[in-house]
Amino acid sequence: MNAATDTLLRTPLYALHLELGGKMVPFAGYEMPVQYPAGILKEHLHTRAQAGLFDVSHMGQGFLSGDGNALERVTPADVAGLKPGMQRYGLLLTPDGTIRDDFMFSRLAGEDDLYLVVNAGTKEGDFAYINETLKGTAQVTPRFDRALLALQGPAAEAVLARHAPGVAALTFMQVIRTTVAGAPAIVSRTGYTGEDGYEISIEGADAEKVARALLGEAEVLPIGLGARDSLRLEAGLCLYGHDIDDSINPAEAGLLWSIGKRRKEARDFPDGERIMAGGFAKKLVGILPEGRAPAREGAEIADKSGRVIGKVTSGGFGPSLNAPLAMGYVETAFAAPGTPLDLMVRGKPLPAAVAPMPFVPHKYRRSKI
Amino acid sequence: MSEVRYTDQHEWIRLDGDEATVGITKYAAESLGDVVFVEVPASGKALTAGGEAAVVESVKAASDIYAPVSGTVSAGNGALEKEPSKVNDDPEGEGWFFKLTGVNKDEFGKLMDAAAYAKFVESL
Repeated sequence: MNAATDTLLRTPLYALHLELGGKMVPFAGYEMPVQYPAGILKEHLHTRAQAGLFDVSHMGQGFLSGDGNALERVTPADVAGLKPGMQRYGLLLTPDGTIRDDFMFSRLAGEDDLYLVVNAGTKEGDFAYINETLKGTAQVTPRFDRALLALQGPAAEAVLARHAPGVAALTFMQVIRTTVAGAPAIVSRTGYTGEDGYEISIEGADAEKVARALLGEAEVLPIGLGARDSLRLEAGLCLYGHDIDDSINPAEAGLLWSIGKRRKEARDFPDGERIMAGGFAKKLVGILPEGRAPAREGAEIADKSGRVIGKVTSGGFGPSLNAPLAMGYVETAFAAPGTPLDLMVRGKPLPAAVAPMPFVPHKYRRSKI
Repeated sequence: MSEVRYTDQHEWIRLDGDEATVGITKYAAESLGDVVFVEVPASGKALTAGGEAAVVESVKAASDIYAPVSGTVSAGNGALEKEPSKVNDDPEGEGWFFKLTGVNKDEFGKLMDAAAYAKFVESL
């Protein structure tokens, strides 16, 4: 958090959010729309049915110059093996091997610099940490002035292809430089909703023009942070500061898949030996409450004898699932799907069971090879 | 002859003879957003003014509904459990939460009338 000042920052789309009737709330130091007049439920369902446009300009963008592969000193992801034109998900680890942040990194074709996107609330600290750790080898230049839009949903390809050459041919995790509505852009086929879709990085000055062009398409509605949260929760995607933080390691969070094969074998990252050896006391799981009552972040998880075995880290109602859902840490012995649990809600046990994630299937446009 | 009063917690209460009906105001329903879960009190439960009476959860958050006045629950609106969206669609009609008998009329008389509540909402 940018806690040094109580003045909230605004993204380049602030005026457009107001014009669209966005309900603005403080989030990670920014004034952001939690919802528009359609409301969270409709915005969520619309994104899964057609396409939604999200302003995620509060996220931290930057370019890493120098020896980009030195990034492997702060992440267990395979950076050296990332092919040109590809993006990858990685964890930024503390020297103790806990999760400092999660982020995306891209190797744009024909470019030496790596393009990074980190979380809004951690961006200042992340880039300072990377620069300190990689001093003399590689340096991040923050570009917090750039805008970032996400266009998500089954109609995203058709919509974006009307304004951006080359985007229809992209598959999941591919990234290119192109133009969107005439503005120079970095476009990747990724997102945070479980749907097919794109993230579009543009100069701040071009943000409104690009957003208006996309919102002008019949399939597209503006979507606020409320639906962004329910969409990512249904997709089983972690939210930093809630499901993962610097008290959690990648094995506990179920994020070992983000560690490259070469890195897993070499165990050449902070606390690598212990993380790969496993045998941790707790694990992040999906949880489906019975009935209709949601359990929120912070609710205690108990076994059927009433003993507390963990805590909910994200919880709410899934509009597409049409049911409550949650994520939380439980003692490892209780982590198998189907394990019955109780969630303590308003002092009463709410019956629930461990469930596989994602709760709603991912619809990524995977390459066919 | 029925009379409607309001609380600063954004509940409305309509007194018809000896029975009162309680719900949340349009302002409250709009602030909460899409309601996805409602828990209403069981018939026979004694409530005291200001005490927790029901629960409403929207996609955003959980909120307690307080008893505007003391009384005994004569009915909970079970239809809300199946169709919580009635709270958004018709908060001051079909979206009622519970009915009370044995209502404390002094407490009722001290609540805001429609004009005072409208002024209160405007001040927020």
